[in-house]
Amino acid sequence: MGNKQTIFTPEQLDAYQDCTFFTRKEILRLFYRYRDLAPQLVPLDYSDKPDVMLPYELISSMPELKDNPFRQRIAEVFSEDGEGNMTLDDFLDMFSVLSEMAPRDLKAYYAFKIYDFNNDDYICKSDLEKTVNKLTRHELTPEEVSLVCEKVIEEADLDNDGKLSLEDFQHMILRAPDFLR
Amino acid sequence: MKVKAKYLKTYQNFHVKIGMEVDGQVQSDPESEEDEEEEETIQRPCSREAIKSSGQEKNQQTKEVDESEEEDEIFRRKRLTRKTNRRVKNSEEELERLKEQVEEKKKLISTMRNKPWRMAKKLTVLREAQAFVEKFEGALGKGKGKKFYAYKVMMAKKWVKFKRDFDNFKTQCIPWEMKIKEVESHFGSSVASYFIFLRWMYGVNLVLFGLIFGLVIIPEVLMGMPYGSMPRKTVPRAEQATAMDFSVLWDFEGYIKYSALFYGYYNNQRTIGWLKYRLPMAYFMVGISVFGYSLVVVIRTMARNANESTGDGDDNDFIFSWKMFTSWDYLIGNPETADNKFASITTSFKESIVDEQESNKDENIHLRRFLRVLANVLIICCLCGSGYLIYFVVKRSQTFSKMQNIGWYERNEVEIVMSLLGMFCPPLFETIAALENYHPRIGLKWQLGRIFALFLGNLYTFLLALMDDVNEKLTEEDVIKNITHWTLLNYYNSSAVNNSTFSPPPIDPADVPRGPCWETTVGIEFVRLTVSDILVTYITILVGDFLRACFVRFMNYCWCWDLEAGFPSYAEFDISGNVLGLIFNQGMIWMGSFYAPGLVGINVLRLLTSMYFQCWAVMSSNVPHERVFKASKSNNFYMGLLLLILFLSLLPVAYTIMSLPPSFDCGPFSGKKKMSDVIQETIELDFPAFVAKIFSYVANPGLIIPAILLMVLAIYYLNAVAEAYQHANAELKKKMQVQREEEKNKRNNKATTNLATQDLEDFLTPSAKSGDTKSDSTNKNSPGAKEGSMAKNSNAACPGRGATMVPPPHVTITQPPRQSIKASSPGQARSGTSPQGLRPGTRKGQPCN
Repeated sequence: MGNKQTIFTPEQLDAYQDCTFFTRKEILRLFYRYRDLAPQLVPLDYSDKPDVMLPYELISSMPELKDNPFRQRIAEVFSEDGEGNMTLDDFLDMFSVLSEMAPRDLKAYYAFKIYDFNNDDYICKSDLEKTVNKLTRHELTPEEVSLVCEKVIEEADLDNDGKLSLEDFQHMILRAPDFLR
Repeated sequence: MKVKAKYLKTYQNFHVKIGMEVDGQVQSDPESEEDEEEEETIQRPCSREAIKSSGQEKNQQTKEVDESEEEDEIFRRKRLTRKTNRRVKNSEEELERLKEQVEEKKKLISTMRNKPWRMAKKLTVLREAQAFVEKFEGALGKGKGKKFYAYKVMMAKKWVKFKRDFDNFKTQCIPWEMKIKEVESHFGSSVASYFIFLRWMYGVNLVLFGLIFGLVIIPEVLMGMPYGSMPRKTVPRAEQATAMDFSVLWDFEGYIKYSALFYGYYNNQRTIGWLKYRLPMAYFMVGISVFGYSLVVVIRTMARNANESTGDGDDNDFIFSWKMFTSWDYLIGNPETADNKFASITTSFKESIVDEQESNKDENIHLRRFLRVLANVLIICCLCGSGYLIYFVVKRSQTFSKMQNIGWYERNEVEIVMSLLGMFCPPLFETIAALENYHPRIGLKWQLGRIFALFLGNLYTFLLALMDDVNEKLTEEDVIKNITHWTLLNYYNSSAVNNSTFSPPPIDPADVPRGPCWETTVGIEFVRLTVSDILVTYITILVGDFLRACFVRFMNYCWCWDLEAGFPSYAEFDISGNVLGLIFNQGMIWMGSFYAPGLVGINVLRLLTSMYFQCWAVMSSNVPHERVFKASKSNNFYMGLLLLILFLSLLPVAYTIMSLPPSFDCGPFSGKKKMSDVIQETIELDFPAFVAKIFSYVANPGLIIPAILLMVLAIYYLNAVAEAYQHANAELKKKMQVQREEEKNKRNNKATTNLATQDLEDFLTPSAKSGDTKSDSTNKNSPGAKEGSMAKNSNAACPGRGATMVPPPHVTITQPPRQSIKASSPGQARSGTSPQGLRPGTRKGQPCN
C-alpha cells in the first residue's frame, strides 16, 4: 500500500492503535471499508480530520450488521449523536469493541448499553420484551414473551428492583459460556 | 543523586546559619510574596529547571554572603534562601508526585483501549496524556542517573514500538484469517472451528516437517553416499526396466521406493560427510522427537484451553438470561444463516418455556432418560456388531491369502466391508442420536465419539494386517540373508580362482540379492494409505458436494419436484466426519513418519491444498446447518481425540523400535539387533566413560521403577489437590447461591412488611389513602411498576389474608423498598428506616392481631 502515508499521519495511526485493538493494517482496512460505503463522501486524506458522517442507512447495509437484529441499537450506541450516524472514529470504536481482542468487561458494558433500549441505564421489562421479539422475529406469543422476561428478571436481578442494573448484567453475563465474542 | 543530596544538605545548613544571623533584622517578611513564589515553583513545569536555577542562585549567594553585609542585601538573600529551601523541598516532593503522575498517565495510555469512552474523548485524553508524559518524562532524571534514566526511557519507547511492530507482523503471519472469517460469517462458528483446527494442524505439521527435513533428509541428500553407490540405494536389476513407469511410481515402487523418502535408503554408516554428522543417531532422535513435540503441543494446547474456559457452563442459574443475551452469533453475515439462527433461537426459547412449564412433571424426564439409554444400547450393539464383522472378515482374509487363484472380491473383501461400514454407520448413528434429543453441540460430541470408536476398528484391522506382513517379511529375511552371504562369497571365490592376480571388479549394486526390507514396506503402506485418503476425500467433496449442488441448482428448472427444498437438496458441511478424517489422517502420519520421512511433506501439501479446496467447496456448494449453533471456543474435545490417537499411534512405533530386529541390509540401523541400540553405541563411542556409567545406572530398573512410582504418586497427589479445589469451588458456589436466596427472601419480607403495614393503615385510617396514592405516583417513574401497584391494590382489597400470604415474586420486585420512606404514614416510615435484619415473623403477624 503505497498511499498508506497519505490517509493518516503516522501519529494518527499510532493514536488509533493505542485506542483500539487493531493493528495498523487492520485500521487501514477498516478505513477502506468505511470509505467503500460512500466513496463520494469520504475523502482519501484524513490527516486534517474532516468532519464526515455516514448516515445509519449506509452503516446498517454492511454485511456484518445487515442480518443482525440489533443493528440499529449497535449503531445508536456507538454513534456520537445517538442516532446511528457514524464518523470514522465511531466506526473504529464499534469494530474495536466487537473485535475478538476486546476484553469481556468492555464487551459486557457495551452489550448492556445495546440491550438498554430506552437509555435509562437499566434493562427493564420493556427492554427485555424488545430483545426477545427481535431475537425471535415476533414468533412467540405475548404470554410467552412476558414469561421469558419474568424468568430473566427472576434469574438475574440480584437487588430485586425489577430491572437489571449494569452490575446485575455483568454478574450474569460474565459467567455465560457463550459470551465470548 | 546522592552527590546532589549531600550538596543540598550542606547548603541548607549554611543557610540556616545565615538565617539565624539575620533573623532579627527581617521579621516583616511579606507572606504574600512567598506564596507567590511557591505558586511559581509549582507552576513551573520542569522541576529540573527549578533545581538548576536554584543551584545558580546558590552560587551567587555564597559569593554575596562573603562580600557584602548591607541590610537590604541580607534581606534579599534571606528571602532567596527561604525560597530556595522551599524550592528544594518542593521539588523533591514534586518529583515524586510527577513520577507518580507520569506512571499514571502511562498506565492510562496502555489501557486506553479498554475504556468505554467515545473515540473522540479517547483521542483527546490520549493526546493529553502523551503530551504530559513527553513533557515530564525527561524532567525526572536526576544527577548522575539522568543519562541512564533518559536511556532507559528511550529504550522503553523503542521497546513499545518494537512490540507493536512485532504484533503487527504476527497478525500478518497468521494465514487464512480472512478465509476463515468469511466461512464463519456464512456458516456460524461451528464450521469455522473445523477450519481453525485444520490451520492448527498445519502449523504442527510444518514444525514436524522442518524437523525431519532439516535433520534427516537434507543431510542425507547433501552428505550421504549418492544414488547407485550401494545396493540399498539402487533399484534392483529386475525392476530397472519399469522403474520409471508412471504406474509403478504411482504405487510408490521403482525410483521412489529407493529414494530418501523412505527408511530403506539410509545408510548405517556412523558418520557422514565432512561434518561427521551422525545420521543414524539423528534419524532415531528425530523419530522420537516427532512424538515428543506432538505430545507437548497437544497437551499444552489442551491445558491452555482448559484455563481459558470459564468452567461453570453447567450453571443452571441463568438459563433464560443467557438464552436472551448471548444466543445471537454476532459473526453471522448471511441472510440464510440468519434465518436459520432466528428459527433455532425461537425453538430453543419455546423448548425452555415448555421445560419450565413441565419441569414438575417427572414422566417426561423419565421418558427422555429411557430414550437416551435405549439409544446408547442400540449404538453399542451396532459397534459390537461392526467390530465382530471386521474381526470375522480379517480372519477370513488371512485364510484367503494362503489360497491360490482367488477372485477380486475375496482379495478386497476387507476394504469393501470397511468402506461400507464407514458409509452406513455414521448416518445410522445420527438417526439413533435423534432419539436422544441432545443440544446439537453435545450431540456432535456424542456423534464424534461414536464414529471414533468405529474408526478405531478400521485402524485395528490395518495394523493387524500390517503386523502379519511384517512377520512374514522377517522370516523371509532370514532366508535371504543366507543367500546374500552365499552369493557374495561365491562371487569373490570364483573370481579369485579365475584370475588370482587381479582383484575382482566389485559386484554391481543392482545385482546383489537383497532382503524385503519390511520398514520400507510399512512406510509405503502408510504413504499409499495417506494418498488414497486424500484422493477419496477430494473426490467425495467434488462429487458429493459440488456435483450435487450443480445438479440441484441447474436441474431444478426442469424437474417434477422442488430439488432445492425437497429430496436431494444441498449438502451440509459434515463437521464430525471432517474432523475425524483429519485426526485419523494425523495418526497415520505419526505412525508412518518413522518409516517414511517424506510422509510429513506429503501431509503438509495435503493440509495446504485442503484448506483452499474445502474453503472453496464450503462456500460454493454447502448450505448452513438447520440448527445453527455456536462452537465453544475451547474445543478440547477435538484435542482429546487427537491425544488418544497420538498415544495409539505411539504404541506400534515404540514396539517396533524396542523389540523388532531391523532389516539386515537397509536403513540406518541395519546390522544392529535392535533400533534402540544406536543410543547405546553413541554413548559408548562418543561420550567419556563416566557418561556411559551414569547412563547404565539411570537405565537400571531399580531406579526406573521408583521414578515411575514417584510420578504416579505425584499424579495422585495433584489429582487429590485438584479435587479438593473443585470441592471448595462447589462449596463456595453453593454458599453464594444461599446468600443470594437469603437476600432475596429478606427483600421479599421487607416488601411484605411494607404491604402489611400499609394494609393496617388502610384499615385504621382512611387518611392513609393519600399515602398510597403518593407512593403510586412515585411508582410510575420506574417502568414496569404498573403491575406492582396493581398487585398491591389487589392485596389491599383483601387485607388480612393477602398480607399473610407470600406474594408472587414480581410484586416484591417491582416495589423498591425506598419508596416507603416517602410515604407519609408513620408505620411505613418506621418499616422503611428500620434495619435490614427486622424479624419478618412478627411483622407478618401484625395485621392478624
